Amino acid sequence: MKTVKINQPVIPVGPLHPLQEEMECFRLTVDGETVTDIDMRISYNHRGIEGISQSLQFDQVPLLVSRICGICSASHPLAYVQAVEEIADVKLPDRARYVRTIVAELERIHSHVLWLGLAGHFIGYDTVFMWAWKYREPVLDMLEAITGNRNNYGNLLIGGCREDISDDLIPKMLTDLDEIEKKMDMLIKAVTDDPVIHARLKGVGVLTKEDAVRFAVTGPTARGSGVDIDVRHDDAYAAYDELDWSVCAVPEGDVFAKAVVRLLEVLEAIKIIRQAVKKLPKGPVKTNVKDIPPGEGTGRAEAPRGETFHYVRSDGGNRPVRHKARAPSYVNVPSFKASCIGQKLADVTITLAAVDPCYSCTERLAVVDKRTDEVLYDYNMLLKLSREKTEEIRRHA
Amino acid sequence: MDWRIWSLKKSPWVFHVNTGACNNCDIEVVDCLTPRFDIERFGMKLVGSPRHADALLVTGGVTAQAAHRLREVYRQTPKPCVVFAIGACACDKGIFTTGYHMVGPVDKIIREIDPDAIIVYVPGCPPKPEAIISGAIKALSAL
Repeated sequence: MKTVKINQPVIPVGPLHPLQEEMECFRLTVDGETVTDIDMRISYNHRGIEGISQSLQFDQVPLLVSRICGICSASHPLAYVQAVEEIADVKLPDRARYVRTIVAELERIHSHVLWLGLAGHFIGYDTVFMWAWKYREPVLDMLEAITGNRNNYGNLLIGGCREDISDDLIPKMLTDLDEIEKKMDMLIKAVTDDPVIHARLKGVGVLTKEDAVRFAVTGPTARGSGVDIDVRHDDAYAAYDELDWSVCAVPEGDVFAKAVVRLLEVLEAIKIIRQAVKKLPKGPVKTNVKDIPPGEGTGRAEAPRGETFHYVRSDGGNRPVRHKARAPSYVNVPSFKASCIGQKLADVTITLAAVDPCYSCTERLAVVDKRTDEVLYDYNMLLKLSREKTEEIRRHA
Repeated sequence: MDWRIWSLKKSPWVFHVNTGACNNCDIEVVDCLTPRFDIERFGMKLVGSPRHADALLVTGGVTAQAAHRLREVYRQTPKPCVVFAIGACACDKGIFTTGYHMVGPVDKIIREIDPDAIIVYVPGCPPKPEAIISGAIKALSAL
């Protein structure tokens, strides 16, 4: 790891700044216009969700984990309920698997188009921002028609889905999908052929395949660097293994490649939804899960940003004794170390946005020395310090 | 009517503060700016600095890390200003009430430094853009 001279100017970005919606702090060490080092500070959004989750009952937790991140509010509960279903060994009704797939893919479209709009905004191209968000609205309407809410669908239960897709809705969904696909096609052609976007995004913030593997990035960040991992394909859940679709991977690794991956995934998602709606099996959409036996389970889901992983341990009671969530941005954010250094300052904003970071998902604690990149305090060290402090207090008391 | 209130009602510029929200209220706030809802037609505009703002759109239940930053942002905003608590978390901490790291809600933090602050509550998880716009209009017409 490399050492940074202290007398180099540092530009702080954040914690509250107009670039991104959430609180986060980047301290960019610059040499003229060139960024030589980056220090990321997060945890402003830490809400202690894992702790709250252990005080809730199993069936209340999906509503909580859908609020880990509002944009991934189908993926986190999906990973959670899969973990619990693994413990209880639930056989899901076929219709539930298809409804889950449809909601998850609608969420992917809305998230990717949202990212495209924000990316346009970050490079000062507000036309893209307005267009993308305009064409995202029909997707939100469809989600509202299915689940009753534009965001935070709360549609997942242990053993199925809360809301079913009514038969009257299906013809309208198919015509709406055609309309959305037409709009998306137009938008994607406009964006990928635009010389301004080429000039701003091509060759910017390159994350090589080696770095992508070294930082273990997931989701479109990895697929934009030519690493074709996708939980939907590698460890198929819901109904993905019964539908015809392909993993989109592009080898370049720059911001443009990540944008292309996301846009191609939008088209794939439309394809998946159309097939799932047509093949939607008849039957109930939920089963009754009586109790959760002791045991542990894991669930994985491909959120729009990458792999979401949940671990749940049960002792046979009515609430989880341990619940661990790992969000995709947790592994994607450190890759800024590889992609931002050596960039011009003006390009860093879009490079930071390119992994579609989601800080509300990610908040953890570790203390790292900025100069040496050495981890000063990890979990064991903090535990040791805490015990020493307790001893000291006892001595004085 | 005080001329400052009169001028505030004409075209409020808003600054968006996330104090530990889950992003949902934030994307609905941004949604208000985009073509379907387009609050800019009412003269409302999102600005990049609290010093330019007439209103603060606060989302999230205020985490321990965010509390003093929220106070600082409120101090920096020219008075009179309106604070909008957007979403269930900002109104009463919502689903995160029992979280050890939550020190909010928003009104408690703001009232600590200014007991007379004008605070508008827009509940919902997340509130729809229509609700945010309606909250804004109601607040401005009540001033």
